[in-house]
Amino acid sequence: MTTVKKTYSVKGMHCASCVRVIEKSLTRTPGISDAVVNLATEKATVTYDSAVCNDEQVSAAVTRVGYSIVTPKDALSEDQEKAEKVLELKRLRNKVVISLLFGALILWGSFPGLIQTAPEWLKLFWVQLLLATPVQFWAGWDYYRATIPALKNRTANMDTLVALGTTVAYAYSAFVTFFPEVVMDIGLDAMPYFDVATIVIGLILLGRYFEAKAKGQTSEAIKKLIGLQAKTARVIRDGREIDVPIEEVRIGDVIRVRPGEKIPVDGIVTEGESSVDESMITGESIPVDKHAKDTVVGATMNKTGTFTYTASKIGQDTMLAQIIKLVQEAQGSKAPIQRIADTISSYFVPVVIMLAIATFAIWYVFGPNPVLLFALLNMVAVLIIACPCAMGLATPTAIMVGTGLGAEKGILIKDAESLEIAHKVNVIIFDKTGTLTNGKPEVTDIIPITSMSRKELLAVSSSIEKGSEHSLAEAIVKKAEDEQVSIKPITQFKAIAGHGVEGLLGTKHIYFGNRRLMKQKSIAIDLQHNKQIEQLEHDGKTVMMLGINTTLVGLIAVADTIKDSAKDAIAVLKKKNIEVVMITGDNQRTARAIAAKLGIDRVLAEVLPNQKEAEVKKIQAQGKVVAMVGDGINDAPALAAADVGIAMGSGTDVAIEAADITLINKNLLSVSSAIELSKKTMRTIKLNLFWAFGYNILLIPIAMGALYPFFQVLLSPIFASVAMATSSISVVSNSLLLKRVKI
Amino acid sequence: MTLDAVIVIAASMTAIGFTYWFFLMKKEEDMVVAGDSIDITVDGGYHPSVISITKGKTTKIHITRKDPSPCLEEVVLADFKIRQYLPLHKTVTIELTPQHVGEFQFSCGMHMFHGKVRVM
Repeated sequence: MTTVKKTYSVKGMHCASCVRVIEKSLTRTPGISDAVVNLATEKATVTYDSAVCNDEQVSAAVTRVGYSIVTPKDALSEDQEKAEKVLELKRLRNKVVISLLFGALILWGSFPGLIQTAPEWLKLFWVQLLLATPVQFWAGWDYYRATIPALKNRTANMDTLVALGTTVAYAYSAFVTFFPEVVMDIGLDAMPYFDVATIVIGLILLGRYFEAKAKGQTSEAIKKLIGLQAKTARVIRDGREIDVPIEEVRIGDVIRVRPGEKIPVDGIVTEGESSVDESMITGESIPVDKHAKDTVVGATMNKTGTFTYTASKIGQDTMLAQIIKLVQEAQGSKAPIQRIADTISSYFVPVVIMLAIATFAIWYVFGPNPVLLFALLNMVAVLIIACPCAMGLATPTAIMVGTGLGAEKGILIKDAESLEIAHKVNVIIFDKTGTLTNGKPEVTDIIPITSMSRKELLAVSSSIEKGSEHSLAEAIVKKAEDEQVSIKPITQFKAIAGHGVEGLLGTKHIYFGNRRLMKQKSIAIDLQHNKQIEQLEHDGKTVMMLGINTTLVGLIAVADTIKDSAKDAIAVLKKKNIEVVMITGDNQRTARAIAAKLGIDRVLAEVLPNQKEAEVKKIQAQGKVVAMVGDGINDAPALAAADVGIAMGSGTDVAIEAADITLINKNLLSVSSAIELSKKTMRTIKLNLFWAFGYNILLIPIAMGALYPFFQVLLSPIFASVAMATSSISVVSNSLLLKRVKI
Repeated sequence: MTLDAVIVIAASMTAIGFTYWFFLMKKEEDMVVAGDSIDITVDGGYHPSVISITKGKTTKIHITRKDPSPCLEEVVLADFKIRQYLPLHKTVTIELTPQHVGEFQFSCGMHMFHGKVRVM
């Protein structure tokens, strides 16, 4: 007896009675010894004897009472897929070995030049027929097995071509073997072509074997990501530390992580500190220090310290699961460039069959003697050489490798279309706050104008800013906390987007914001203070003004720190001849001062949050392909409006709806890397398509005999099969070369 | 021109015409309306190949591949960003919850076999 304990996701539960119904149904199922259903997590943990029970029976027991089991698709299908593919490769290898061995023997016994060295028995047509038959109908069975239902369905694919081509060669050879005198009567040599049928089958199977192996590598990135997942977690329950399977971790569980261990799920550090290697998720090689209240990401590696944390995201909500989903979706999407290949693929095989028939007719009517042999062999060559697979593989394999490579570097691409457009980008607009800067501004100057004290000014400003969600407000409130200034009660608080805030302190009207707010409320700024404000702005600081009733009472300047990677990132983009634009709600002077520090020439300042989208559209109207880089939260409409929306990932949420590309490593240099990745992937796709189209356009006419009138050159069906097998492999291999590019 | 040449030309032209009619003038299959779920068999194509599902509702599509051809080992529903490997003789379930009405193509990985999902 082998006891298995497994957790399943159950769908359709809505109350506690559902739990009992499912548990009852499960425990009544033979082989199941225990079943615990959790309504909150929608999970059923089932213990069963694997000799008596399996997944399907568990699923049936749940379905019987009106609920359903959601199979953990990603993990299961990956394992299943791997096992299937290994089996398929083994099967193919056996067929290749037998076909090529028998084919070689036949070739030895029939090929001019070799035939003299062959033993007599190998020269017998009957022996060749005996060797060719298993190759044709056992090794080549897959071609027939695919062709028959396809024909029933009035469709055709590459298998149809191989089946048709090799059947013609085999049938003619069998006819020669059975009725040599009939063949001689019509003036032909009684020579079979079993070697053509068998070697073509062997070589195309060999091509398929290598293609399958190479194709497996294109989806390696997903497998690597799935492999990152921890298997167990050390959860503290009832004061005891217990190891539980990852599926049993619940939100709110306190988990202990020791040095060298993998962090099981996403969460927030509660106690202890450590350094964590997040490179497997973000691509960033430098370990990140973690203290209490910091977020940790599942599947990353704890390096030095021991800490405990509270699980905040589990299962499909973890950052790793979101990344896997995003990459899988990107790999399932279609690049616009693929459309032409798709259209051609749809008509390709029927057109090749028509060309093969035409080849037969042309050679029979106009060809040299023996016309029938020339007509047959050239027709077979056309059927064999045509390779629709290369066209079908050209784009998706490159997209799979490209998106996988991106994921490894912390660049998550939403779909193939985004990857395709990104290489055409010629203008990049960066949102300032939180993107180019750290988004954590600090108060630098507190300047009272009237008799109000510095402390009083900070107290009033922080009191009104307490209700605001603006990032600058946070800085002022923090400063007030640091200086232990008491907060005053504010009533009738109102935020005015792009202007500031207002409210009542007792009977006094308080206004705190920018010049626009002061102007709107008719609060005058005299010349001297105007100069002071301008000077602060020249230094790249944002100046907030406090007005009480109709008087300006003080200034508070706030400055944000520029991200370490910002300056280099902009220099790299400019080197690529991409125009860099900074967009911000800051006034012109502050914005220009920051832009100058970063080396940005074009600034769109004093843009209200709801105007960012319009600014993006204005640049697009100039015929530019625009990428917008932002945090994906307050600039979502602008990200969506841009040709490519790039979001800097924040926290553990990577599925930023409006973004086409999410950079989870927060490194601005990744913007350039994403564009480079797009360029390299598109170059690979174009090369693949050029090769796939060029191959067919060039070699089909040669197989038809286009060179014969000029150079007496014909393509043997055996060479045709070599070319055909190499064509698909070369496309897949070229896509795999993308893995080596540096971005 | 000899008689056999004339026969070969006539037969070839007929065969070309037949090939064109057989493969390229195929009429679209009848649409099958899916309830909560629908079974699709992959064998020389998709059966049924034209299905109808409801907008906003989750429909489970159970796909079973019986055809060993590697051309059919993946099904691609690009509009739904799904590229799914189909193990031979095993059923794979894909859940679709379409948000837009329209006609969406699905195909094998190499775009030689096609089907349609009509969202009503």
